[in-house]
Amino acid sequence: MISIQQEDFDPAREYRALRDSGSGIGAIATFTGLVRDSGDLEGVTGLFLEHYPGMTEQVIQALLNQASERWDVRAARVIHRIGQLSLGEHIVFVGVCSAHRGDAFAACEFIMDALKTSAPFWKKEITGDSEHWVEQKAADLDRSQGWE
Amino acid sequence: MASDNIITVKFFARLREELETASLDVEAQPGLTAGGLLRTLAGKGGQWAQLDSAQPVMIAVNQVMTKPEKELQPGDEVAFFPPVTGG
Repeated sequence: MISIQQEDFDPAREYRALRDSGSGIGAIATFTGLVRDSGDLEGVTGLFLEHYPGMTEQVIQALLNQASERWDVRAARVIHRIGQLSLGEHIVFVGVCSAHRGDAFAACEFIMDALKTSAPFWKKEITGDSEHWVEQKAADLDRSQGWE
Repeated sequence: MASDNIITVKFFARLREELETASLDVEAQPGLTAGGLLRTLAGKGGQWAQLDSAQPVMIAVNQVMTKPEKELQPGDEVAFFPPVTGG
């Protein structure tokens, strides 16, 4: 399940959906990303998130397919928010269920790392008096390339 | 311009803002590559010149990431954007 949406999501509800998604599930790994107060700038009060409709969903679906080829993935959910987000709000949710923890951890981390460097989203940081398009980080590229 | 000989060009994020353009149409031409189109647009000068500068520009054709050498066909959708920063 992939959803690109403006509205918030409930991680507990997403967890229940994963837990109830089939038989043979022995492990669920989830990741939730939040808006924090410092990034490229200090004193961040919010973010604006833009994406490329259509391509975004295709890229994430391809990542889920790759994860299923490499690990035992029984079900996966990815939610990414767009638009204006305030400090502390949810940005992204990735959840994976598997038979065992190793596959669940690895697939969840892979999907999140690869999403950051290949899914067409762009973040703009907003502070009290300025705006700044976030720059891609070498550390994020390294993490993503580490799975290749 | 005949509608069936058009390439749609899209810009996102910082590029969309600085170029003050979300989308434009160009006429398809035999042998035109994505990188060639980028250089042609950079030739408009002003803010457009940044398309041919040191700043990296990512390219997608029909919503798939591609290299500048990719040859464009009539009806293609080309997108130029900065490196992605989601998650």
